[in-house]
Amino acid sequence: MNTNTVKQTDSAVEGVVRPALVLFLLLTIVTGILYPLVVTGIAQKAFPVAANGSLITRGDKVVGSQLIGQAFSSPRYFWSRLSATSPMAYNAAASSGSNLGPLNPALAKAVQDRVDALRAADPGNTAAVPIDLATSSASGLDPHISVAAANYQAGRVARERNLPLATVQGLIVKHTEGMWLQWLGEARVNVLELNLDLDVAAP
Amino acid sequence: MTMQAWILMVVYMLVLVALAWPLARWMTAVMDGKFAFGKRLEAPLYNLAGVRPDHESDWLRYTIGLLLFNGIGFVAVYALQRLQDVLPLNPQALAAVTSDSSFNTAISFITNTNWQGYAGESTMSYLTQMLALTVQNFLSAATGIVVAIALIRSFKRRSAGTVGNVWVDLTRCTLWILLPLSLVVALLYASQGVIQNFSPYQDVQTLEAQTFDVPKVDAAGQPIVDAAGQKVTESQTTQTQSIAMGPVASQLAIKQLGTNGGGFFNANSAHPFENPTPATDFMAIITLLLIAAALVFVFGDMVGDMRQGWAVFWAMTIIFLVSVFLATHYEQQGNPLLANTDQAATRLQAGGNMEGKEVRFGIAASALYATATTAVSNGSVNAMHDSFTPLGGAVPMVLIQLGEVVFGGVGSGLYGILVFAILAVFIAGLMIGRTPEYLGKKIEIFEMKMVAIAILVTPLAVLIGTAVAVMTDPGRAGVANPGAHGFSEILYALSSAGNNNGSAFAGLSANTPFYNTLLGIVMWVGRFGVIVPVMAIAGSLAAKQRLAVTPGTLPTHGPLFVALLIGVLLLVGLLNYVPALALGPVVEHLQLMNR
Repeated sequence: MNTNTVKQTDSAVEGVVRPALVLFLLLTIVTGILYPLVVTGIAQKAFPVAANGSLITRGDKVVGSQLIGQAFSSPRYFWSRLSATSPMAYNAAASSGSNLGPLNPALAKAVQDRVDALRAADPGNTAAVPIDLATSSASGLDPHISVAAANYQAGRVARERNLPLATVQGLIVKHTEGMWLQWLGEARVNVLELNLDLDVAAP
Repeated sequence: MTMQAWILMVVYMLVLVALAWPLARWMTAVMDGKFAFGKRLEAPLYNLAGVRPDHESDWLRYTIGLLLFNGIGFVAVYALQRLQDVLPLNPQALAAVTSDSSFNTAISFITNTNWQGYAGESTMSYLTQMLALTVQNFLSAATGIVVAIALIRSFKRRSAGTVGNVWVDLTRCTLWILLPLSLVVALLYASQGVIQNFSPYQDVQTLEAQTFDVPKVDAAGQPIVDAAGQKVTESQTTQTQSIAMGPVASQLAIKQLGTNGGGFFNANSAHPFENPTPATDFMAIITLLLIAAALVFVFGDMVGDMRQGWAVFWAMTIIFLVSVFLATHYEQQGNPLLANTDQAATRLQAGGNMEGKEVRFGIAASALYATATTAVSNGSVNAMHDSFTPLGGAVPMVLIQLGEVVFGGVGSGLYGILVFAILAVFIAGLMIGRTPEYLGKKIEIFEMKMVAIAILVTPLAVLIGTAVAVMTDPGRAGVANPGAHGFSEILYALSSAGNNNGSAFAGLSANTPFYNTLLGIVMWVGRFGVIVPVMAIAGSLAAKQRLAVTPGTLPTHGPLFVALLIGVLLLVGLLNYVPALALGPVVEHLQLMNR
C-alpha cells in the first residue's frame, strides 16, 4: 500500500474499534450466556428427563441411558454393535467411529472376528450375520441394533436362558421402534432396554 | 435407491421450501430495517457502542469492520481455550487446550468452518463450549449473511457509494434472525432427548462387566515395550460407564442453523445425545440448509425479481438432488469385501454399508445428511464419511470442492454462487459478443479480476496444502487408512478447510502441530480470501448505473441460464480437482471392484 492511501486507511479504521469491541462483548453476553441459560432453564423445567440424559434407574442405581449403548459379551444377553471407542468399547466419555475405509484389511478382519464370535456362541445358527451386527457405529455408542440383528440372536438367548423362543421374540417386538410413516428412520431395537427386561423375565 | 429413500428426498425438499419461503420474507424485512420493535430494542446497544445506525459506509470500511470483528473473535476463542483450566464451568477439570489446537479451533470457528481437530467431550469445558464456540457459531454465521446482504444491495442500488452499516447488519442478523430460530430449535431438540445441563459426567453401573486391554506404562508415564518392540498391554475390568453431559441443545441448534457444524461431542451429530431420534435427524438436516435456502429467496426478493432467485435455486437443487441420489445409491450397494454378512435392504434392516453409520438413521438418512452437510458448508456428520464407499464418499468431497455453492454456507453459499453467476454471464457475453451484464449491472474488468481471485484462491490453497501434506513426513504420519484412501483423507481435510466446511475423513490424525497450523492457515485464506474480493465487487457494483432490460439483454432466469450456471460451476469449480480425485476415490473404487 503506498503512502497516499495510508492516511485514508487510518480514517477508515478510526471509529471502527469501539463498535467492534463493544458489540462483540454485548453479543457474546446474549448468545454465549443468556441464550444457553434460558434454554437450560426451560429444558430443565419442561423436559427434565430428556435434558439430563434419559437415564434408566433400577432401585436407587442408575444403570444406563436409553440413548447410550453398552457392551455385552455374554451369550445370555443380546449383543450390541461393535464400538471403536477407546480404551474400552462404549466409552460414553469419548465417542468415536472406527474410521476404517472400505478397502482397509482391518475392516474385513474386524467384521470376520465378529462373525466368528457370533458363530462360536451359537454354533447351530447358519444364517448370514446382519451387517449392522458385524460393523462399528459412527458414535461407538449406538444404543440400537436392527430387527434382523435381534432376530438373529433370539434363538441363542432363548436357549441360554431356558426361555421359550416366543417369549424372547415377544420382548424384541416390545422394544422395537418402527419406521415412522414408512419414510422416517429405520426399524430398530434398543439393546439395553431389551436386556434389562430379559433379566426380569429370567434372572 | 429404496422407496423409502425416494420418499425421504421428496418430503425433505418440500418441507425445506415450505419453511424457507416465509423465513426469507422475515429475513428481508429484518435486514431492510422494517422490524420496528427490534429497532427500538437495538437502540441502547448502538448508544453503548457509539454506532449511528442511520450512517452507512462504503465497502472498504464495511470490510475492515468485519475483519476487526472477526479478529476480536479469534483472540477471544483462543484465550478462552488456553485459560479454561482456571475458568469456571469445568466440572471434569479438563486441562487448557494446547496452543496449536487452540489456534486451529479459533480460526476454524471464526471462519464458519468448525473443523473439529479436538474431541469435544474430552477437551472443551462447558464454558469454552458456550462462550467461545457457541458465540462464534452465531457471529461467523452473521458475518457470512451480512456479506451476502451487502452484495445483494449492490445489485439493487444505483450509483451508490455505500453498501450498508456493518454493525447494524451484524446486530440485526444475530438478534432477530439467528437467536429466535435457535431458541425454538434448541427447545425442540431438548424435548426429543438432546441433553441440556451443567452436570458432571454421569457414572452408571453397566449390566455386564467389560474387560479390555490398556497399554502398560512405566513410572514416567511412557508406554513399556517388549523385546520385539510391541507395546505391552495389561488387562482391566470395569462395570462403570462414564456418560458425558453438557449444554448440548443450545449449541446444537445454532451449529446446524449457522452452517457451523462443530459438534459438542467428538462423534458430532452421530452421538445419541446430539441426535437421538430419526425426528431430530430430519430436523437437523432441515435446519442446516434452511437459512442458505431462504437467502436465495431473499436475493430474489431484494433485487425485485423473484425469477432471479428461482434460477439460482434450481441450479443448486438440481446438483443437490443428483448428489443425494448418487450418495444413497453407492452406500446402499454396500461393501463387496464383506460378503460373509447380510447386506440386503429389507423391512428388518437397512443393509448396505453400515460401517460408521447408526442403526436409527440407516443408509437413506445418512446419505441425505452427508450430501446436505457438504452441499451446505455445515460439516456436521451423522455418519463417518471416512468409512463411506469410495464413490459414496466422493460425493461429499466433490460438493465441498465445488466451493460450497450448492446452497453453501449461510451467506457464503449465496455470494459464492453469485460470483459464479457473474462468471457465467461473462462467458455468455463473450460467446454472443455483448458487454456482459447481470441484473442490470455492467460486468467489467475490475469485477472479473475480483471474480477470478474469489474463484481461484480456494483451489490454490487446497491443492498446494495437499501437496505439502503429501510430501512431508508429519503430513503423511496422520494418515489412518492404507493406499488411495489415505490420500483421500488428506485431500478431504484440505478441501474441507479451504472451503470452510469442517467435515472430515476423520481417521486422519489432524490434531498435530503440523495439521493444526496448515489447516488453520488454509481456513483463513479460504474465508477472507473470498470475502474481501466479494466486498470489492459489491462496492464496485453499487456505484454503477442499473441498466434497463432491452431485447439484447441475456436473460438470467429460465432453464437456459440454469443450465449455463450449472455448466460453469462444474467446469470451473470441479476441473481444478479432477486429477487429485483420480488419485483418491476413483482409484479406490476401481480397486474395490477388482477384488
